Amino acid sequence: MSTERASVRRALRARGLLVGVLLLPALLAGCRQDMQDQPKYDADQASSFFPDGRANRPLVPGTVVHGSFHENTAYYEGKENGQPVAVPPVKLTPQLLARGQERFDIYCSPCHDRTGSGNGMIVQRGLRRPPSFHIQRLREAPAGYYFDVITNGFGIMLNYRAQVPVDDRWAIIAYIRALQLSQNATIGDVPADQRAALDQGAAGH
Amino acid sequence: MQVFHRSTNVLSRFTIFGGLFVVAGLVYGLYLVNSSPYVTQQGVAKEQPIQFSHKHHAGELGIDCRYCHTTVEKLAYAGMPATKTCMNCHSQIWTNSEFLEPVRRSWRTDESIEWTKVYDLPQYVYFNHSIHVNKGVGCETCHGRVDLMNVLWQKPTMQMQWCLDCHRQPEKYLRPRQFIFSMDYQPPSDQLDLGRKLKEEYDVHTRVTCSACHR
Repeated sequence: MSTERASVRRALRARGLLVGVLLLPALLAGCRQDMQDQPKYDADQASSFFPDGRANRPLVPGTVVHGSFHENTAYYEGKENGQPVAVPPVKLTPQLLARGQERFDIYCSPCHDRTGSGNGMIVQRGLRRPPSFHIQRLREAPAGYYFDVITNGFGIMLNYRAQVPVDDRWAIIAYIRALQLSQNATIGDVPADQRAALDQGAAGH
Repeated sequence: MQVFHRSTNVLSRFTIFGGLFVVAGLVYGLYLVNSSPYVTQQGVAKEQPIQFSHKHHAGELGIDCRYCHTTVEKLAYAGMPATKTCMNCHSQIWTNSEFLEPVRRSWRTDESIEWTKVYDLPQYVYFNHSIHVNKGVGCETCHGRVDLMNVLWQKPTMQMQWCLDCHRQPEKYLRPRQFIFSMDYQPPSDQLDLGRKLKEEYDVHTRVTCSACHR
């Protein structure tokens, strides 16, 4: 009698072990997800909580970001007393121009090309060609005009205010001015002691 | 009572010894499974709601990474482009393309496009893009030749071992800042020398404490 009960117990234990082994992978799968997927949101994550399905919350209309109210309209809007400023209201430095070149090449050159003549890769693929920066009208346009176009868009060009922050807009505008100079420069604009370097550059190509 | 003959002792010893191999084999097998693409998703191309090709945009058209991933230099998150970024060009070109209908729908309805994350870190890892791209780690080092991928896949295993490989010895991977966003940069043959120099110059430290990445 007792041996029979013992064997039943053994059999049950064996079955329990088997079930345990079979359930083990399920336990393993369950044990890490809490830290992996925490009850918090990352940027751009989907949300089942908010009706629009996004974790990112839209700004309440009329929101003014702390520290973003600027009385310096020349810098933040490119305008002074409603008129576009003629020159960038920033200190022109080689660093600024280098930054402008980098940002121009990232955000503008796809359409305007790297010289600003308006034959960028996207234009070659079918976008309507923008005017060259080297035409008379744009050479004479005030810096504030470019600021307005970058900020609000113009014609078929959508605005770049989200992609290009204010500081970079002025750097880009300064660089556009440099491009405009470069396309209409004469040998007289090159400092005498650097002319030899130009010749070497030409020989190198 | 002797049930088994003495000679079977060899067999039983062999079985006990062999059992160790079975256990070791199982552990190794688990390790292999855990580092396999099935678990890590390494090299698994992810289907997306739109047939967007990085090869076309970043490779053939030469659009800079930062045109779309605008916050990569400033924030932890590289940034997914808003639908508007697509519309910068696609409000004008390929406007009748069937492939782009989900983009136009998103633009019309203001509903998000639900992209599938390719590099999905667990939330206990506080990875920061900006510190990496500002200190000499190129996009391509972790993301591979995105300019040659139509559909993106994950280049590394993304397991901690992989992170630590560079965190222990950053000089193996650092490159000059002007090549961070270059896809076809080739490290020089004296990479370790260059790496050590850049490590000094960019003030890069080995970071292997837990709290460097986990908080």
